[in-house]
Amino acid sequence: MAGGGRASSAPVLGRDHEPTLFELSRPGRRSASFRSTGIPEWGAEELVGEEHLRPEAVDTVEVSERDLVAHFTRLTHRQYSVDVGAYPLGSCTMKYNPKVCDEVAALPGLARVHPGAPAALSQGWLELLVELESALCAITGMAAATLQPAAGAAGELTGLLLMRAWHAAAGDERRRVIIPDSAHGTNPASVTLGGYDVTTVPSDDRGCVDLAALRAALDTDVAGIMLTNPNTLGLFEEDIVEIAAAVHRVGGLLYYDGANLNAILGVTRPGDMGFDIVHMNLHKTFATPHGGGGPGAGPVAVAERLVPFLPGPRPMRRGDGVLDWEEPPRSIGRIHSWHGNALVLARAYAYILANGSDGLRRVADAAVLNANWLRRRLSSSYDIPFDRPSMHEFVASTATLKRRTGVRALDVAKRLLEEGFHAPTVYFPLIVDEALMIEPTETESLQTVEALAEALERIAAEALEEAASGSDLGVGSPSAALAPRTTPVGRVDEARAARQLVPTWDARPAD
Amino acid sequence: MAGYVPHTDEELEEMLGFLGLEGLDELFSVVPPALRLAGGLDLPTGLSEADVLDRLQQLGGRNRGAELVCFAGAGAYDHDIPAATRALAGRSEFVTSYTPYQPEVAQGVLQALFEFQTLLGRITGMEISNASLYDGASACVEAVNLAGAQTGRNRMWVSQGVHPHWRQVMRTFAAGTGHEIVEVPLVDGVTAWPEVASGAEAPAALLAQSPNFLGCLESLPDARRVADAAGALLLVAADPVASGLLRTPGEQGADVVVGEGQPLGTALGFGGPYLGLFSCRSSLVRRLPGRLVGETVDGGGRRAYVTTLRAREQDIRREKASSNVCTNQTLMAVTAAIQLGWLGTSGLRELALRCARGTRYCREALLGIDGVTPAAPAPTLREFAVRTSVPAATVVDRLADEGFLAGVAVGPGYEATPYEDCLLVAVTERRTRAEIDAYAAAFEKAVR
Repeated sequence: MAGGGRASSAPVLGRDHEPTLFELSRPGRRSASFRSTGIPEWGAEELVGEEHLRPEAVDTVEVSERDLVAHFTRLTHRQYSVDVGAYPLGSCTMKYNPKVCDEVAALPGLARVHPGAPAALSQGWLELLVELESALCAITGMAAATLQPAAGAAGELTGLLLMRAWHAAAGDERRRVIIPDSAHGTNPASVTLGGYDVTTVPSDDRGCVDLAALRAALDTDVAGIMLTNPNTLGLFEEDIVEIAAAVHRVGGLLYYDGANLNAILGVTRPGDMGFDIVHMNLHKTFATPHGGGGPGAGPVAVAERLVPFLPGPRPMRRGDGVLDWEEPPRSIGRIHSWHGNALVLARAYAYILANGSDGLRRVADAAVLNANWLRRRLSSSYDIPFDRPSMHEFVASTATLKRRTGVRALDVAKRLLEEGFHAPTVYFPLIVDEALMIEPTETESLQTVEALAEALERIAAEALEEAASGSDLGVGSPSAALAPRTTPVGRVDEARAARQLVPTWDARPAD
Repeated sequence: MAGYVPHTDEELEEMLGFLGLEGLDELFSVVPPALRLAGGLDLPTGLSEADVLDRLQQLGGRNRGAELVCFAGAGAYDHDIPAATRALAGRSEFVTSYTPYQPEVAQGVLQALFEFQTLLGRITGMEISNASLYDGASACVEAVNLAGAQTGRNRMWVSQGVHPHWRQVMRTFAAGTGHEIVEVPLVDGVTAWPEVASGAEAPAALLAQSPNFLGCLESLPDARRVADAAGALLLVAADPVASGLLRTPGEQGADVVVGEGQPLGTALGFGGPYLGLFSCRSSLVRRLPGRLVGETVDGGGRRAYVTTLRAREQDIRREKASSNVCTNQTLMAVTAAIQLGWLGTSGLRELALRCARGTRYCREALLGIDGVTPAAPAPTLREFAVRTSVPAATVVDRLADEGFLAGVAVGPGYEATPYEDCLLVAVTERRTRAEIDAYAAAFEKAVR
């Protein structure tokens, strides 16, 4: 097999314990230096009243710059990342982040602009936002978008508040929002914070929304439905047009969870399927880096009739070509301190420009091809509960493997870490027993996807072999049960962390 | 078009062959034909990397604000970002990693977050800090939600000294939670907390910001007394740089401390991504929103870190979760830990002192100008508001032509208050005496 960008192994450095900053700290050490300003050096007590002034500096940490740099650099050696290797995480879409996007975000003309600067002094930014909005509308088939939400879940809540405002404007107080049982956990949490009750509808044996159950759940108390298509099993909801019609018939709105938008770029659009509100996780679809858990950005696009309700202020081009902020007439209000995660938005815009209509379609093609290839390949070593054409991701299960060897989805995940890959998403969606949710993404080469398949096959074969030969450890497969062994730390005791909570260095019991 | 998809034509054929498909279009046979996008996306075709950079640079060039000497604050501050912070926070292992759900290969991010939580606890005087929220506004929303859940009450007393955008965001989200946001007015720049009238509904919480939006220092012990009388929580929005000089909100009785962490090493960036700070007393930990990292051990007894108390979170508790926050601002939290490490104990104090000195110097210079008066008599630390004889927005326009971003015109959120149309001026450690002198001279011409 030819090489193809596969990670060579788990991080080889970083197996030694790294002391905390607090252990590295020595009184009197310092990194900071400040520019000379020529400003009079009044003392603290002349500047701050006694009732407010703390007598001494707050004790944080005292390290040299050399110590600081070595410390955080060594921490990076204990961290897996996209730039290190593949991240086949279903539903989370961790793909390669083009470097040009980072360079864009560092441009002084973008990075150095104060958010409170008047529109006249930030015309470039407003133009960027307006162009990005229009590109996102072209991609989703919607009329307008707000770029304010700082993450997908913030976008969900924004969408629900739009739903609420839309019904309220018609004097309609509805109380329920429908969610399929396979939905992301943020959906029900957002529904609650949006002031609605959750009604769950089951999936049918094909892994799609059970249309009969949905119809039974629909009445004029339903404000809307939250769906993603492809759904969280990686399957396309083929009945989407019927679903949309049924929900619209009772006066409800359709909300599209955009976590899985990358599978349909240039193929079909939520707007064409009948959705009224669409959020997009920009990092998933447009390759903005995820930063270890954020920042993200979760723009929300809407159909024409919801545009007046969008959060304000919105960047708009006036008739004379000048850009300015405008408050939509029936706005639900502001949802971010400023204008959203602007530098993330700039990264996404650069990604859209670089790919263009042709490149975005290529993204969907390759993402779906990789996922189908891997699903087919793994179907002889793992259960594939819904063995139908996948979109960008699919769900495998270790249910049979567990029955025969005791090896759980979690063990497979931990064992895969040893093989130099990040683990897939485990135990999600909740409706599949021992779920492994796998998304190779479009930026992984055939060689990497093959290597991933081989690693997963090896893990399953090894478990069967060890179980057959009988292990003296009392577990079916010591290799899986003891994994990972090549990572900076071994399997972490999560229960102890919750039971004996140590949330800071200061809360630590003395050694 | 840039090439981020690695598949060669030969490989595409090989993979399609394995699946028994004729062409790529067949991958989408499950999409009903009526839903297929005819003719592809209505967007231009892809550009080369160099063309993309040119285009974005061109847009950046239209932001005149990027080149001005910055006296604007209002929750976003023009601090120096040291080379070490920039270099470490830009490490691709931090930038391109995922949420640390597999702790064995995420000890780097987890330990950095643990250190962030510890440092934030020290500067706020609180026992628990989460691993960040989106921004200052979202931290306020989550604090109010926590207070509602904790007390079973609905009404929130929010000082008008709280950032007006944050108050707007709280109102927006209150439409879903049903919270009633009652604004408490300022007198002479600081909050005039009322007592709870007998028979009236007691608030779940008081929310104060100190230094407040106008730069004035609030009396937190006064707020604590009112909160105690009402049986309410005291929520305090604090500034991490000011904490170098001020008594911590924790020692003054705060139950929850929130804030905007942008001053800790994050670029102005037109308002985002920023860093929402959230700390609380340990008794409130079960209602904590967002991620929390805890120390534990691995199977071999080695120290290790992991996200913990996950049962609060949306992916497990779904509609009963304490918050819907999933993604946070981890990279900015890691950046803040690095920046606090670089500043160190003495550097954080010196930073606050330098901001306070510059603010004092600038304030005196502006107040020496005819037609410029202070908006409030209260002491200020890193920001102050002045009233001018011409509208604040005009001052900003005129000073832009002289090379200065004069400040932020106090707008929506202060209608019909004594602070309507004041100019809010911030001075960080970056501003030199020469810059402030030149600014004051230009200011004098602008208000004539």
